[in-house]
Amino acid sequence: MRKALKLGMALSAMVMSAAAGSALAAEVKQINGAGATFPYPVYSKWADAYQKQSGVRLNYQAIGSGGGIKQIVANTVDFGASDAPLTPEELEKDGLMQFPMVMGGVVPVVNLPGIKPGEIRLTSEELADIFMGKIKRWNDPQIAKTNPDVELPDKAIQVVHRSDGSGTTWIFSNYLSKVSPEWKSKIGTGKAVQWPTGVGGKGNPGVASYVQRIKGGIGYVEYAYALQNHMTHVTLRNRDGNFVEPSIETFQAAAAGADWENAPGFYMVLTNQPGEDSWPISGATFILLHKQQKDAATAQAVLTFFDWSYAHGDDMAVKLDYVPMPDSVVKLVQKAWHDQLSGPDGKPVWPAK
Amino acid sequence: MDQRATQPQLTETAEVVRRLRVNRFIDRLFAGATRFFAILVTASVLGILITLINGALPALQKFGLAFFYSAQWNPVTDQYGALVPIVGTLVTSLIAMLIAIPVSFGIALFITELAPTWLKRPVGTAVELLAAIPSIIYGMWGLFVFAPLFADNIQPWVSDHIGQWPLIGFLFQGPPLGIGVFTAGLILAIMVIPFIAAVMRDVFEVVPPVLKESAYGLGATTWEVVRQVVLPYTKIGVVGGIMLGLGRALGETMAVTFVIGNSHQLSSSLFMPGNTISSALANEFTEASGEMYTSALIGLGLVLFIITFLVLAAAKLLLVRLKAQEGKST
Repeated sequence: MRKALKLGMALSAMVMSAAAGSALAAEVKQINGAGATFPYPVYSKWADAYQKQSGVRLNYQAIGSGGGIKQIVANTVDFGASDAPLTPEELEKDGLMQFPMVMGGVVPVVNLPGIKPGEIRLTSEELADIFMGKIKRWNDPQIAKTNPDVELPDKAIQVVHRSDGSGTTWIFSNYLSKVSPEWKSKIGTGKAVQWPTGVGGKGNPGVASYVQRIKGGIGYVEYAYALQNHMTHVTLRNRDGNFVEPSIETFQAAAAGADWENAPGFYMVLTNQPGEDSWPISGATFILLHKQQKDAATAQAVLTFFDWSYAHGDDMAVKLDYVPMPDSVVKLVQKAWHDQLSGPDGKPVWPAK
Repeated sequence: MDQRATQPQLTETAEVVRRLRVNRFIDRLFAGATRFFAILVTASVLGILITLINGALPALQKFGLAFFYSAQWNPVTDQYGALVPIVGTLVTSLIAMLIAIPVSFGIALFITELAPTWLKRPVGTAVELLAAIPSIIYGMWGLFVFAPLFADNIQPWVSDHIGQWPLIGFLFQGPPLGIGVFTAGLILAIMVIPFIAAVMRDVFEVVPPVLKESAYGLGATTWEVVRQVVLPYTKIGVVGGIMLGLGRALGETMAVTFVIGNSHQLSSSLFMPGNTISSALANEFTEASGEMYTSALIGLGLVLFIITFLVLAAAKLLLVRLKAQEGKST
């Protein structure tokens, strides 16, 4: 009887370790992460599927990119997550490494009764002028020139922005800085900036609800929020001069041209990318890890989860309107895991045995 | 007196002495414990103050006094000034008080003096229940119910009419957003009314009936009784209730964050979005990266601490002056 029990236990242990991909990782039952809110839906979807298969639970706190950076620097979580990439210098300072996990787009949304999604076209200059408060009305001659076929309402433009610091704001203000020299010199790029006009909503839901509340409002949200809330998005003119609508395809087009190989520390901003169909306000979201890992088993459990997500998570990501990373980038990331991460014994923690 | 009589008396005295000693020990213990807790509170306040000053020091050193009167709030260039949140905090609390004090006074007066007995209890309980609603519920109600109503029906009319008045017209101009400083003040008023009304009702009820009945007997009207008897008798409690409400209004976070618009811009119109200290902290603290940003936010906390302290000090001063005037004239 006792023998049978032992055998059973050994068998189940073997099954579990096989599922987790490593005997070591099977001992770690929970991995902890904190950070960006933007990838939270896809991370929790992956975590759910992964837990069913491996028994390892992911505890991810969506506290915001800045919070994620603080927590990983303070070493209170196993990994941090940020929508804004850290520069190689910042990574060096805190002994961190980063890699892109998934991509998405930021979408300007409007509340104009009678206007259908994608019907309003804006150039990058007009978008910057609107968010700087220089274009004040929807029937401005400038906008009318870009939209000869649309009957523009005689309404004041009300800008809605994020009130909290956010990776979404970082991507959006980074784009405006690239396309408008005036924006760059007056306002600049940041997770929070000094908005010259408008009201602030907390989080993507806050911006979405303000835009839906205020007639004549324009804001910016993650693509997934715009879709889920059936909001009226704007068609934007990209770097090649074409007007494009936000979609998985146009985000992918923006990502296709990115040269990850020559981006030290995976510092890559996907705004205003060249390409006929590129959506101009795209971005990747990043995972942060300490280069020097205290516990090899935990590090391997974390990496195993991300490895599994790269391999099996693409469909889930697309279903939630995120863009999965191309396989070539995944290879680069795995190489970086091997080269940059080391356990307490100084040996690489990846690939897990 | 013989020996047999004094013997039990002696033991009795010894017993009393022993019991007194025990009692004295318990008394000392009790006094020590209460003193410890009193000191603990004072020490925590001092500790908070020191921590705030310490945390705000980098920002205060860099910006100096300009931190208190500059309207700049730019995380990109690391330039911070607290003027917009300070003004927002004071203005929203002022609006809240302007609305809440008369309304609460009326509620308390109605319950204690005018309401028929069968109505007193339900109305009183309703007021207390209002006080128990979490602030975020008020915020959500403000954003989803009140703001659209206000923006569509009331605000355009107010802008068109009162907005044209000389002197105060500029306060009511601007696009009808439904959210902004005025809405925040109004939501705050609704939130603090139950607090102030409950305290006022309680203190009005402790006025000895004989005083009121004497005044009525002399032919005073209800208003005269309230003005000449009830208010003078209860002024400390009334001021206390108002201060309780004001304290809550100054520090309220979630409800205000929902409806104020969270914008670091100084605007003369009450219909425009603004910011308060506590909502700026709630919005920005988690994402604040960089020493100066964090330090400026802690500096905001210090300013709120100082404002609260000044308000309490002013209330104390008011009470002292009221006391000094007592009995001089009515």
